[in-house]
Amino acid sequence: MHYLVSVIDDTAGLATDEEMAAIHEFNDRLREAGNWIFAGGLADPSSATVVDNRGDEPLITDGPFLESKEHLAGFWILEAADLDEALALATEGSKVCNRKLEVRPFL
Amino acid sequence: MSRGDVQQAITQVFHDEWARVVATLARRLGDLDLAEDSAAEAFAAAVERWPADSVPPNPGAWLTTTAYRKAIDRIRREAKRGDKQAEAQMLFEDVPAQPLGAIDDDRLRLIFTCCHSALSMEARVALTLRLVAGLTVPEISRAFLVQESTMGQRITRAKSKIKTARIPYRVPSAADLPARVSGVLAVLFLVFNEGYLATGCDADPVRPDLTAEAIRLTRLVRTLLPEDGEVIGLLALMLLTEARRAARVTADGELITLDEQNRGAWDAALLAEGHRLVRERLATGTAPGRYQLLAAINAVHTSARRAEDTDWSLVVGLYDRLVRLDPSPIIALNRAVAIAERDDPAVALAAVERLKDSLGGYHAYHATRADLLRRLDRCEAARAAYDRAIELAGNTAEIAHLTRRRDELP
Repeated sequence: MHYLVSVIDDTAGLATDEEMAAIHEFNDRLREAGNWIFAGGLADPSSATVVDNRGDEPLITDGPFLESKEHLAGFWILEAADLDEALALATEGSKVCNRKLEVRPFL
Repeated sequence: MSRGDVQQAITQVFHDEWARVVATLARRLGDLDLAEDSAAEAFAAAVERWPADSVPPNPGAWLTTTAYRKAIDRIRREAKRGDKQAEAQMLFEDVPAQPLGAIDDDRLRLIFTCCHSALSMEARVALTLRLVAGLTVPEISRAFLVQESTMGQRITRAKSKIKTARIPYRVPSAADLPARVSGVLAVLFLVFNEGYLATGCDADPVRPDLTAEAIRLTRLVRTLLPEDGEVIGLLALMLLTEARRAARVTADGELITLDEQNRGAWDAALLAEGHRLVRERLATGTAPGRYQLLAAINAVHTSARRAEDTDWSLVVGLYDRLVRLDPSPIIALNRAVAIAERDDPAVALAAVERLKDSLGGYHAYHATRADLLRRLDRCEAARAAYDRAIELAGNTAEIAHLTRRRDELP
């Protein structure tokens, strides 16, 4: 079972060096335990571009698809047996990256 | 057996066996929805057949077998409609075998799943009442004064989240157990409180069906987790509270406060059981948790033959321990009420007024303040505080009590 663990950020700052070091170490542990599928950090939402080609012509617009105080700062894709395992990993992840996380199952 | 006896037997079996049938099926089928529907169908079959065929010697086994057959029938029917994938999933996605422990019971798995912290509190309450207690959706909707369709959707959404997010069907590990048990107890206490202090302007002030259901569920949890002190504490707290029910509201629906209740109208059997449980916990010598302390406070109150005989120093002492465990302003407010009795209302009022920022929107804050101001003969301030309390209160009996107290001010 795969879970998307989104990092929700309400600060403007990137992860500090200390946070990055803790995240790398956490990722190593995820790999060893067989939970790691993928992880990545994202650039600031102001660097986002929205593409909409549902109509006659493609529409390219600057900025994130929704403006909010909180934004997606990165994510993990984890392999876990069930929600309890995913929540336990996310509990640890939230501590190491010092951000709020959202856990959501893939279909 | 007469028809009436069979009806009564079916009701009893429903009470005793519903949770076990749903829980066993949920484990065997890996699907809560299907477990619930087929358990309901099996009980419907019992209602139809037992009056003619008589009640089977092992009604629980009959119901489980019947429900399981009905579930398999449905899976086959749905498979014929082309849902082969669903069939494969249901039949083979069984929960892996787990070591048998003292607390290995499907009903416990069911309770922990229904009370999982990934579900909203509203959903936990609704699921527990439906799947563990066996209340129908219309019954639960009436109890919580929401539309049947809303309650139905709440339960459906919760079951769907359990399935999609894969909330596991198991008893938590020993390390997680205390936190998870405390989550279960919070659900049961909320059900009890909604029965004991029902909200809603058209609602009955007390709903004995909900308090009885909460007590029954807590008894079940106690059977399943006999060593847990907090489970015993919560059960004792409920029993000592429920014992006072008949004395708590007048015939015209006005709340009677503890000091004015007719203590002879308290239920002696419930009190005796509650007191025995509190003594049992005290005898273990282990540090009591929140529910055990609340039960102990209630035991002190209900041990006094007259209100003026209450050992207020002991009550304050228990609140002091409770404040250390749970520094919430509501506990501090209740402690202040005990301080008013042990010391005097002026000291208590000062303590209450320090809570204004956190409890300013809570009716009990204003009601407590109003009562203390009244006792200090500060009538105008008391009147304003009663007004605010009445405005914020949701329970009709409490509103009637506060209104009378306000109108009696000189």
